[in-house]
Amino acid sequence: MTRGFPTLLRKEVMRFWKVSFQTVAAPVLSALLFLVIFSHALSRHVEAYPGVGYAQFLVPGLAMMSMLQNAFANSSSSLIQSKITGNVVFILLAPLTPGDLFAAYLLAAVARAVLVGACVILAVAWLVPLPMPNLFWLVAFGFTGAGILGALGIIAGIWAEKFDQLAAFQNFLVMPLTFLAGVFYSIESLPPFWQAASHLNPFFYAIDGFRYAFFGRADVSPWASLAIASGTFCALSWLTLHLLRSGYKLRH
Amino acid sequence: MAAPAVEVRDASKTYGALRALDGVSLAVEEGEFFALLGPNGAGKTTLISALGGLVRPDAGTLRVMGRDVAAEYQDARRLLGIVPQEVVFDPFFTVRETLELQAGYFGLRGNRPWIDELLERLALAPKADANMRSLSGGMKRRVMVAQALVHRPPVIVLDEPTAGVDVELRQTLWQFVRELNAAGHTILLTTHYLEEAQNLCARIAMMKAGRIVALDSTQRLLDAFSERVLRVKLEGGELPPALAAGSAVDAAGWHRIPVESAAEVESALARLREAGIRVSHLEVAEPELEEVFVKIMARQEMPARVAAPAARARPAGREEAA
Repeated sequence: MTRGFPTLLRKEVMRFWKVSFQTVAAPVLSALLFLVIFSHALSRHVEAYPGVGYAQFLVPGLAMMSMLQNAFANSSSSLIQSKITGNVVFILLAPLTPGDLFAAYLLAAVARAVLVGACVILAVAWLVPLPMPNLFWLVAFGFTGAGILGALGIIAGIWAEKFDQLAAFQNFLVMPLTFLAGVFYSIESLPPFWQAASHLNPFFYAIDGFRYAFFGRADVSPWASLAIASGTFCALSWLTLHLLRSGYKLRH
Repeated sequence: MAAPAVEVRDASKTYGALRALDGVSLAVEEGEFFALLGPNGAGKTTLISALGGLVRPDAGTLRVMGRDVAAEYQDARRLLGIVPQEVVFDPFFTVRETLELQAGYFGLRGNRPWIDELLERLALAPKADANMRSLSGGMKRRVMVAQALVHRPPVIVLDEPTAGVDVELRQTLWQFVRELNAAGHTILLTTHYLEEAQNLCARIAMMKAGRIVALDSTQRLLDAFSERVLRVKLEGGELPPALAAGSAVDAAGWHRIPVESAAEVESALARLREAGIRVSHLEVAEPELEEVFVKIMARQEMPARVAAPAARARPAGREEAA
């Protein structure tokens, strides 16, 4: 890390904080709407785990889904806006290293994700009684999940040249993978094919493990989930750093 | 001897069929006020971008104060301040935030006095806390100048800094840049206002189609390609034979008589008086860089190397246009 890194991180955090109504309040509201609608519509039909009500089951998944989507939105939109408006030159002309760029964009994405996740959980805590979560698993999966999507957001932001390309990345990859990651159901309730398909989705492990932090039970062992989520995070981080070092689509 | 402030050796860059840089070599010594001129698309901005690491050349080396812009990029970028040509800004921040962030990227903290001075000198102080979005185009450009100077780089590159800036602010900017130059900063400037380059820069490089086509002191270029001329309109009659040799007349009736000095102007006028010819209009035109530029750009229509398809296509296009 160079001495320029803290400033870049501060800038990235300021960027979303200055419009926090849109970057934090809005996703919290969306998560609450999902919770109200799904728990009302499905509470009588679904029991994910014995002794765990559907609304309770839903909260950690919704919180994690919001975290994943906002981590991605933060790093990807910051990069593509800088590229399209051209002000990315001010960062590229500075003596920042690829590691500085990676760490600053990633940590800002994680910061926004954690803020959104915490707000979702605190906002529903008075609607839905939740057990005290295990802090180790909560932090481990919170950071790994946000990290995966933060890194993916950097990759998408570097790759996309237009907003619609980024939107395609978001709508055809990030959204399906988060929605199909077992936010709204336990994958044990799925037919075998879809169960197997879900196991190929790295986002599933982040959500499943995050839920384990609250209920002490999950579809997959939390250690296995953590290993897969961390492995995904490491692979994406390596790819992101490689792209930043090569100057791909940034330094022509 | 100290390394040149800017040293470019055999830099080449190709985009598809376009040779943006075609073996460019150039050295700007420390403390120089240097102009890089050329028509749009000549490769000036590509060269500047390569210095700043925004463009990676296919071949060649570029150094800033002896530091390689690729291998020693952190040192090279600390020594270099570039004002990009396009007006760009981050709409999330105020003018002061923009400058503090830029300083921070260079690892600088607590340089508020210098930021205040920059705001003052570039007439931005009243707008220090205004959002970048609310600024006029000229003001945004001045913020970019301040951003490039925020880390006090010894080498300053200005890529068309006065495009779209009004006359008064242009004067303010040049006054400030002259002072920076006098304080030892090396200035590399591109501009389409050739008068500016002529007044400010001691040395000039001209680029065309990715290559340096002229590189000399401003004075020598003026001497070689432009001349002082006496222009006269006559009430009647013809120029005396001694003056007519070497002169030319245009459609409006202006006679153009080359003169080397003020004394020659006097003797030319004396000859006219002796011949009894009355002069209705008179002016002395000093050598102009614009004339130098036009002449240099007009020569060498055929590129020496005709390797890339683009290079082949271009002269053909010109013939059609002619």
